[in-house]
Amino acid sequence: MDASHPFEYPEYEEHVVPKSVYFGVFGALMVLTVITVAVAFVDLGNLNVVVALAVAVLKATLVVLFFMHVKYSPTITKLVVVSSIVWLGILFGVTMMDYLTRGWLMAPPLMH
Amino acid sequence: MPDAVIAEAGAHAHHPRLRHHFDTLGQQKAAASLGMWVFIAQEIMFFGGMFTAYLVYRMWYPAGYAAASNELDLTLGGINTAVLIASSLTVAMAVHAAQEGKQNQIVGFLAATLVLGVVFLVIKYFEYEAKFTLHEAHHAAAQVRLFPGAGWFHVDGELAPIASQIRIFMVLYFALTGMHALHMIIGIGLLLAIMNMARKGEFTPKWYTPVEMFGLYWHFVDIIWIFLFPLLYLVNRHH
Repeated sequence: MDASHPFEYPEYEEHVVPKSVYFGVFGALMVLTVITVAVAFVDLGNLNVVVALAVAVLKATLVVLFFMHVKYSPTITKLVVVSSIVWLGILFGVTMMDYLTRGWLMAPPLMH
Repeated sequence: MPDAVIAEAGAHAHHPRLRHHFDTLGQQKAAASLGMWVFIAQEIMFFGGMFTAYLVYRMWYPAGYAAASNELDLTLGGINTAVLIASSLTVAMAVHAAQEGKQNQIVGFLAATLVLGVVFLVIKYFEYEAKFTLHEAHHAAAQVRLFPGAGWFHVDGELAPIASQIRIFMVLYFALTGMHALHMIIGIGLLLAIMNMARKGEFTPKWYTPVEMFGLYWHFVDIIWIFLFPLLYLVNRHH
């Protein structure tokens, strides 16, 4: 091994996440699942879907950072993770730009 | 292969799993991990298309989504969510065992993951089966047979006016959960192959890349379900 090589990832090879972190994340995911079901039975109007998605995003973030080791991964891996979310945002965003704005620019009714 | 044997290999003195175009095992693993994440990014876009369809129709047909979601089996869906989260933990523990070189634990945790994966699919089978039988709706005065195929789909009574909306929801339900279940089945195939490698003692703390890459795939499939559960099972449950 050439220790001076610029493309080495020594920290990547050696990082072992303690078991306690995995158990903690597992507990948090279970609690969040119970919370999301409980909240679904409370009428919050339009906020129901916001809370449901916020909890799902939080759960996914915990899985990505700790179970999938992204917290301890090289910057380029983090870049791919963030990019995939940005691209998904473009897919949703550009699609909704169309569907949400249909009918905004209808021609006014013709006067006879 | 034990690292001591590798050190004695002499003329060919590098880890047998180190490919020649990489300088170190660390660099090789970083490349594998990056490749896996690019694949997962592609998978996110694949499911993203279906999630986009879900979003557009949810905006157009809130009544159909609310009615159809209430007809799904929340208990089974909830149990399956817990089963998948538990299977993510067992995969993470398998990777941990590989990092510490505990051979029996690698096999044990992978076997636990296999059992949980199969439990998920068996529960999913019973959920699907219920969609093929005509039964009383749970939250409306109506009879329903929810599989959206021609000759199968049937919605009458109170729900008849929004039958086509319910059908669209059910198409998305089967498309999303069906593709998710297919990913689980493929995952179980990969799991069997990796368990076999683990059983033969091929993984050492220096090289356990397949366990870790399988873990990334399995966690990704778990994340898809983390979003599917509230989006499919928890729409308007308070009514």
